[in-house]
Amino acid sequence: MTTISTSVKQIYEWLEDVKDPEIPVLSLVDLGVISNVEIDGDKVSIELTPTFAGCPAMEYMKNEVIEKLKSKGIPKVEATISFRVPWSSEFISEKGKKALKQYGFAPPPSNKLFTELEILENAICPRCDGTDTEMKSPFGPTLCRSLYYCHDCKEAFEQFKPL
Amino acid sequence: MADDQLIIGHRNSEWTGFGPLLEEDIAFSSMAQDKIGHSLALYTILHELGESDPDTVAFTRNANQFHNSIFTELANQEYDFSLIRHFLYDTAEALRFELLTNSTCEPLAQVARKVRGELRYHTLHAKTWMKQLGSATEESVSRLQKSLEQAMPYALGMFEESPYEKEIMEAGIFEGEQKLKELWMAKVEETISQTSLHLPDWKIVQPINGGRIGKHTEHLQPLLDEMSEVFRIDPGAEW
Repeated sequence: MTTISTSVKQIYEWLEDVKDPEIPVLSLVDLGVISNVEIDGDKVSIELTPTFAGCPAMEYMKNEVIEKLKSKGIPKVEATISFRVPWSSEFISEKGKKALKQYGFAPPPSNKLFTELEILENAICPRCDGTDTEMKSPFGPTLCRSLYYCHDCKEAFEQFKPL
Repeated sequence: MADDQLIIGHRNSEWTGFGPLLEEDIAFSSMAQDKIGHSLALYTILHELGESDPDTVAFTRNANQFHNSIFTELANQEYDFSLIRHFLYDTAEALRFELLTNSTCEPLAQVARKVRGELRYHTLHAKTWMKQLGSATEESVSRLQKSLEQAMPYALGMFEESPYEKEIMEAGIFEGEQKLKELWMAKVEETISQTSLHLPDWKIVQPINGGRIGKHTEHLQPLLDEMSEVFRIDPGAEW
C-alpha cells in the first residue's frame, strides 16, 4: 500500500477553494460543514455535516470536495454526509462571518443567546450597520437565510440564520 | 415518522405559488423542503438497516403501505385549515424529535439533534400566526375555530401507537406516544390560551386512527400518484 505525503492541514487548505454554491465567497471550511478529515494510507476520508437536513446543495458540495482532492493528486477520496456532529451556525469561522457581511448577508448572531428566537428580531444591517431592523420572514430564498428590512438605510437584507 | 414528514412536506409544497402572501408562500415552501429533508434522513437510517433505498421507499409504495397519520394526508383546504394543521402537527413533531435526542438508537438521536434546531423556526412561524390571526378579526377567529374543531380528532390520531410500541419503549428508543401526547396538549393549551380560540374538550374528542397500520382516507392515493409521477415515467431521471 502506498502512503500519500500530505497532512490534514494541507487538506483543509485545499478545501478552502471549495465554496458554498449559493454563497460563492464562503468556503466549506469557513461554513463549518467539514466535520472530519482522515488520512489512511493512500485514502482520504472527508465527513460533511449538512447545514440543514433538506439542503439541496449537499450532494453538490460532496462532489466538489471529491473533485478538488482528486485534482490535487489524491488517488482515493471518500466523502460522506453524516449527522454525527449536528451543524450549528456557531461553526462558521470569523473569516466566514466577515465574508458573509461583505457579500451583503448579516452573519448569524450567537445561537447561545436565544431559546425562543427573540434574537431574530435584532439583526444588524450588513450595509449600514443600522440596528433599527425588522424581520419580514424567518424563511428566505434558501433554507439557511431569513428576510429583513433595515429602517435606517431603507434596504432589504438577508441574515444567515442562527441554528 | 419518515412517512409523516414526507406527506406533510408534500402538502406544504402545494402552497408553493398559491400562498396568501409572498412570505407565506416562501415559508410553506421552505418548511416543505426541510420536512422532506427530514424524511430523507430517516429513510436513510432505514436503508442502512436493510430497507430499499430512500427513493424506492418514498415513490413506489401504495397508500396501504404508508404509515403516516391520516392528519398529514388530508387536503390543504383553505389557508385557515393548513395553518391549524401546521400548528398542531409541528408542535407534536418538534416535541417528538426533542424526546428522540435521548434515544438509544444512536442514528435516530443524531438526526433528532440536527432537526430540532430547524423545527424551532417552524413552530415559531406557526405560533406567530396563531397568536395574530387567533385574536384578529371576527372572520379570522371563526375560521380558525372551525378548522381547529375539524382538525382535532385527526390531530389526536398522530399519537396512534404502532404494534411495536411496547418494544420501542422497553428498548429506550422512544418514550412513547402517551408521553408525547401529554406534552403536546400542554404546549397547544399554552398557545391557544393566548388567543380568542377555544380548545374542544379533550375528553370527548375521539381520535381518528388507522394511518399507522396503513388504513388511509381517499386523500392519500392521489397525493402519492402526483408525487411519484416523474419517478414512474423515468425512474433514473436526474434533476
